[in-house]
Amino acid sequence: MKSIEELKAIREKARGDLNLRQEDIGNNTRVVVGMATCGIAAGARPVLASCVEEVHRRGLTDVTVTQTGCIGVCRLEPIVEVFVPGEEKVTYVNMTPEKAAQVIAEHVVNHKVKTEYTIGANQ
Amino acid sequence: MKELSLHILDIAQNSLTAGASLVELSLTRRGGLLTAVIKDNGRGMTPDMAARVTDPFTTTRTTRRVGLGLPLWKLAAEQTGGSFALESAPGVGTTVTAAFVHGHIDTPPLGDIVGTVVTLIQGAPSVDFVYRQETEDGAFALDTRDLRRALEDVPLDSPDVLAWVGEYLQEQTALHPV
Repeated sequence: MKSIEELKAIREKARGDLNLRQEDIGNNTRVVVGMATCGIAAGARPVLASCVEEVHRRGLTDVTVTQTGCIGVCRLEPIVEVFVPGEEKVTYVNMTPEKAAQVIAEHVVNHKVKTEYTIGANQ
Repeated sequence: MKELSLHILDIAQNSLTAGASLVELSLTRRGGLLTAVIKDNGRGMTPDMAARVTDPFTTTRTTRRVGLGLPLWKLAAEQTGGSFALESAPGVGTTVTAAFVHGHIDTPPLGDIVGTVVTLIQGAPSVDFVYRQETEDGAFALDTRDLRRALEDVPLDSPDVLAWVGEYLQEQTALHPV
């Protein structure tokens, strides 16, 4: 069984990661998931979890995953927006946990936009 | 919405939008009813707004004129023979209570309630959450204020902390399933 005591060990490790993370927070890539009623009903919760897990698994300390409300194109939810500093925002639509993990790997890590999942390819 | 836990995630997002610093979620199964309560200390609503808020054509969003979260939650509860209540006061907060008839064919499965709690903490790491579940067999509660005391300056949305919260909740919720 897990206990709250374990958090004290996690705390020490997390402090180390946090120092890495905070050095340059303004230059972080942001991955934003729409979490309004429309997004949640369409499956945004596992998409968000997949983004968080993939960023953690790859040890990407310069990427933040955040949530937002309704992006405005409810029929294309779940929607994930990727903001790379100095580049145009890219909007991905009809996302699944698998697609989200691919976007992290190919766009966020390798800087190759996953064109077939973008809003432009789905309109 | 196919799961009660997705509705709960959706309604709790309203609490965050209302500027709550504490959101308390509880699930109680007793006497054939499964009751979900979402209570916040956000800015609350005027009686006029509280009366209109389960109308789908009432919303605070600016992207379109319909808001379906509360109307869908109310309908989901009432169509099982259960009930819905909303109490709110400006400056005090809002409490939304939905009771479902347990085992009714229209009562959605609870679904991934752990995913809901982890998602809320990830999205609003400065807000405190309490998750409580209770059946005749026992009760369990997680309070992020307890976690904060153990974590000191480390935020709740640190990846290792979120992973721990998920595993901890999986274990605890499996002990006394609602």
